[in-house]
Amino acid sequence: MPTCNMVQAINMALREEMERDDRIVLLGEDVGKDGGVFRVTDGLQEAFGEQRVIDTPLAESGIVGTAIGMALYGLRPVAEIQFLGFIYPAFDQIFSHASRYRNRSRGRFTCPLVIRTPYGAGIKAPELHEESSEAFFCHMPGIKVVVPSGPYVAKGLLLSALRDPDPVIFLEPTRLYRMIKEEVPEGDYTLPLGKARIAREGSEVTVIAWGSMLERVLKVLAPYDAEIIDLLTLSPFDEETILRSVRKTGRVVIVHEAPRTCGFGAELAATIAEEAILHLRGPILRVAGPDVPVPLAKLVEHYLPDAARICAAVDELLRY
Amino acid sequence: MIEVMPETIIDTFSVSRLDILDPEGIADESLLPSLSREDSLRLYELLFLSRAFDGRALNLQREGRIGTYPSILGQEAAQVGSAFALKKSDWVFPSFRETGVHITLGYPLELLFRYWAGDERGLLCPDGLNVLPVSVSVGTHIPHAVGAAMAARYRGDQVAAVAYFGDGATSKGDFHEGFNIAGVYRLPVVFICQNNQWAISVPRSRQTASATLAQKAFAYGIEGIQVDGNDVFAVYSATRQALERARGGGGPTFIECFTYRISHHTTADDADRYRSSAEVEEWKQRDPLERLRRFLEKRGYWNKDYQADLEKRTREMIDQAVRDAESAPAPERSEIFRTVFEKCTPRQARDLEVSADADL
Repeated sequence: MPTCNMVQAINMALREEMERDDRIVLLGEDVGKDGGVFRVTDGLQEAFGEQRVIDTPLAESGIVGTAIGMALYGLRPVAEIQFLGFIYPAFDQIFSHASRYRNRSRGRFTCPLVIRTPYGAGIKAPELHEESSEAFFCHMPGIKVVVPSGPYVAKGLLLSALRDPDPVIFLEPTRLYRMIKEEVPEGDYTLPLGKARIAREGSEVTVIAWGSMLERVLKVLAPYDAEIIDLLTLSPFDEETILRSVRKTGRVVIVHEAPRTCGFGAELAATIAEEAILHLRGPILRVAGPDVPVPLAKLVEHYLPDAARICAAVDELLRY
Repeated sequence: MIEVMPETIIDTFSVSRLDILDPEGIADESLLPSLSREDSLRLYELLFLSRAFDGRALNLQREGRIGTYPSILGQEAAQVGSAFALKKSDWVFPSFRETGVHITLGYPLELLFRYWAGDERGLLCPDGLNVLPVSVSVGTHIPHAVGAAMAARYRGDQVAAVAYFGDGATSKGDFHEGFNIAGVYRLPVVFICQNNQWAISVPRSRQTASATLAQKAFAYGIEGIQVDGNDVFAVYSATRQALERARGGGGPTFIECFTYRISHHTTADDADRYRSSAEVEEWKQRDPLERLRRFLEKRGYWNKDYQADLEKRTREMIDQAVRDAESAPAPERSEIFRTVFEKCTPRQARDLEVSADADL
């Protein structure tokens, strides 16, 4: 079984599915000849031609809008937005159209589209290259939001996303792109959307994370008896797995890098409060980015949840 | 000292306009499309039906039987003439003011009434037609036609995609992005703009300093033409030629139909606040329906008996559509969950159950 990083695992998923399904086409800025700025689509234009791996003009709304038209026609386009921080011009296309065509047409026209985009902080990149605005898309009925946390799950989740009959935003944590290497089987396997994963079993506290924060939480909480949940799909999220764990541990910490206010942790906390408050021994704590724009490299570690803040939250809860 | 900039002309453009049928009903025979007597009468009947539908919709809105409705009065030739050139296999991306397009393509009148009455099932396009649901968001559907054209070419299908929009849409970013991508890939797409001179209260002169909308095409490397949008023959000819070019691999075309919105923006608008009645009266003299009637009369295709019969048939058809629309069973509460995703999410499924309980 080959060992590979997340870039290679995503590339493998795209390549294999393109071989299986000629409806899959890729489009975006620099995805063809250049293989994408992170090389995620490396070699795919060579393998499948310019009709299937399309270098587009620099136009995020146009890319997503064009992909929507292709999906309506019956293809399965995969649009790459070069960085999540550049997706905002396409917001209207995603919110007003991709998420609504099935409903607006009463099921006659559908939009099986995947929007892949690198996201997250900690790669020493310029402004708007390290955003973590996943919560926006979780507030859009009709859109699914998926966040892998490593190579193996990235491949399995992407294959599910590519086969999903509805639009999926697939957020790829840039900090992990080449950090984690693990065994990723060649060939077909899928992980279902909407299902979380217990990344580590434990009994004293439930810690919920996704994307690049999962790696950090696993590392800094190694000495604790914490049950760590890798959410994987943010929308629709796996309430069942979360609530089962919370009922067991009675303590919850949610860790995300996005700003705290209206971050996705707020939805998780509200759900846990609604469904399991009588099982809780203490408050639901969030360790999140502060309500500030993501700083550049010199200050980013003051922004991202770090070992001290994560451990402090867990320690505080363990006093209850 | 006068500085003279050295200047070399590296490219030039000219904007052309197509006029075939004048307001008196006199046609330029050399440009007249080859349409049979039946086709010419069919065009007239579609224009008449579109106007009659529009009038009935306005009445139904006043009676509170449908909701806010955008009138097409004055724009019938631009809509019917262009849609008449389409094939059933073409893909059509309409804006919200395209009743004449829907009617020409055979979209059931009953469904149109239902949609404007707030029944979303009115947008369920019948099989055999590729008419996408109307885009209420201005101009943002333009890239969708571009994407469908790209998909059609990838599939090797001999079809064109058509986007309909108004003059206001030409100010939007998605107009630019869609045109630009269509030009780069020479896609089989036709952009049809009904320049009706007003985007609610904002006149065409406040949308762009460009002398025409048609000339915007040239910057994207695509064909552009202005046509008299109240001349059904000019609109039909230009659209047919553009569709043939698209299906034949010749790339996209932008058609500016120069027309006028005689009525208010919608039933919720009062156009008297921002434009003069003299301007409206002037445009009424260029009426698309009347000029075609005059043409047909001169040819001996039209007389008062025919008109009386047409009015009777049209009224019956619309009466029946209104009856069908109003007797359709009301949508059930589950309808709001049914088509958001292929399958309900767990949370939607729970909310659906709660709704069902509340029904009891």
